[in-house]
Amino acid sequence: MEKLSPGWQTFDHVADIGIRGIGYTVEEAFENGAHALFSLLVDNPASIECRNEIDIECSSFDLTALFVAWINKLISISDMKHMVFGRFRVVINANSLSGKAIGEKWSVEKHGRGIEVKGATFTEALVEKREGLWIAQCVVDV
Amino acid sequence: MDKGRLQKISDCIWQIPKSGQMRVPAFIFADSRLLSDMDEKVYTQLTNVSCLPGIVKGAMAMPDAHWGYGFPIGGVAAFDPDQGGVISVGGVGYDISCGVRCHRLDIKRERLLPKLSELIEELFRYIPAGVGSTGKIKLTANKLDDVLIHGAHWAVDKGYGFREELEFIEEGGRVRDADPSKVSSTAKERQKRQIGTLGSGNHYLEIQYVEEVFDKDAASAYGLEEDDVVISIHCGSRALGHQIGTDYLQILGAASKKYDIPIRERELVCAPIKSQEGSDYFKAVGCGINCALANRQVLGHLTRQVVQRIIPEASCQLIYDVSHNTCKVEKHRVNDKMRKLLVHRKGATRAFGPGHKDLPKIYKDVGQPLFIGGTMGTSSYILTGTTSGEELAWSSACHGAGRSMSRRAALKRWKGKGVINGLRAKGIILKAASLRGAAEEAPEAYKDVERVVDATHKSGLAKKVARLKPLAVIKG
Repeated sequence: MEKLSPGWQTFDHVADIGIRGIGYTVEEAFENGAHALFSLLVDNPASIECRNEIDIECSSFDLTALFVAWINKLISISDMKHMVFGRFRVVINANSLSGKAIGEKWSVEKHGRGIEVKGATFTEALVEKREGLWIAQCVVDV
Repeated sequence: MDKGRLQKISDCIWQIPKSGQMRVPAFIFADSRLLSDMDEKVYTQLTNVSCLPGIVKGAMAMPDAHWGYGFPIGGVAAFDPDQGGVISVGGVGYDISCGVRCHRLDIKRERLLPKLSELIEELFRYIPAGVGSTGKIKLTANKLDDVLIHGAHWAVDKGYGFREELEFIEEGGRVRDADPSKVSSTAKERQKRQIGTLGSGNHYLEIQYVEEVFDKDAASAYGLEEDDVVISIHCGSRALGHQIGTDYLQILGAASKKYDIPIRERELVCAPIKSQEGSDYFKAVGCGINCALANRQVLGHLTRQVVQRIIPEASCQLIYDVSHNTCKVEKHRVNDKMRKLLVHRKGATRAFGPGHKDLPKIYKDVGQPLFIGGTMGTSSYILTGTTSGEELAWSSACHGAGRSMSRRAALKRWKGKGVINGLRAKGIILKAASLRGAAEEAPEAYKDVERVVDATHKSGLAKKVARLKPLAVIKG
């Protein structure tokens, strides 16, 4: 694993690709994991303007499954609303998440075209605290 | 993979003997080098599959097998519903019924070449490709249900193709066991504008020519000879299939606990075929299959419209359309008795041999065609199913080359424009919706498809018919 510091990373998988969020809190790790996802979907994530806010809620049976559910929720909402997101706010209570994704309508001209993500998987999935930082990660099927 | 733990059955067939919790042995179809290069995870995932209830004969890995989700990609397993057999999300994957269809144009390469550039430009303009692209067809939830029930028949009814083509699609263009009420509203909502779209990743539309024929009888039955031009289309059920996979991962996760089925990897979650949850998933997968068959039928017809506009004398006849991420009820011989089994093929192509009752009449003597995608810079293959494949692996064969390098590593090594220029130097035109996608799909990031196909041929899973060379490619 690359050196830990708050932010997002992608990591190797033989056929697909891993996304990883790192933060001082578990919520920050989830938010940064979402940034890693949108770094795959668009070519220029810095160009995403935060114009509209979408409420997101999901729950699962443990924290790792909750991270997978959070990423899957973002993929489906991005698809259905044809939006991309550049800022995230997450509150976690036990194994439930309520959050916001803030972004705008997706535009090839403005954001560029990355790769399609089919779904978040449990491969290499984990949510844990290491060296004082929270890590949330999984491999996504592309 | 460490070969020390395997028993060699023949040059291209290896066995992992039954041990521990394994209910059956596992079999890997590969030559010695492919096996050595295969990741250890294939061994682990195959042995995990062999522990599932109701599995029959063995868990199997095709020559292109690699680390997957629950099942290895290239994994095949059959389960007996009457013996507590299960249905598993990992055995189908997220891109339900992803597959390849191949059309022949009935013209020679030399006739195509002056028009090649215009043809690929027009196809790229006409066929939506890449993440975020939407199709020309917009459906309401009710209309989408018609797609999920009727598959390619829906597409033909709407004017996308011809009724005579349906015979040349696996399952005659639709599976009967599809129930849209088992598919979530989210899955349907995501799919409303995705019928008739190519997608991204390893999906493609490729104009190819027949470089070499290995089996003249089979090639002749498929209407092909050397230098003939074909177009192959690789894609699947798009967002609908992805969402079904995501939704049922949760549902079957709970079912595995309810039915007390020990699961060694989360994506191997499953339910008894005869349980409510298992039956629901099977019917949802049916919808995913029909969605993919409809999608490829629409894409095939859009392709035909462009081809005939640019080259009026070309035909664009469908040779066959076959999927490689499915689970289906099929009759197979087990210990001299015919049994109804649920066959999972994850990254593996169905490959019926000569004489099979489900084959189109004109292919009855030679077997079912299957299309093995290589890379956009090397070769692809047409194979045919064999009688021995039925005995060996429930009539299944490989589906592609398989990656040898991660997408991230490929991105570090190549730039999209460099890949496009490299292919141009070889005489291949690449139109890519995303430069990043082009770099990730660089030909050198894939395994040697020749070796995979040779191992498939030598093991008896399927027979080589023809080698195809790319002329122009659209990548999403």
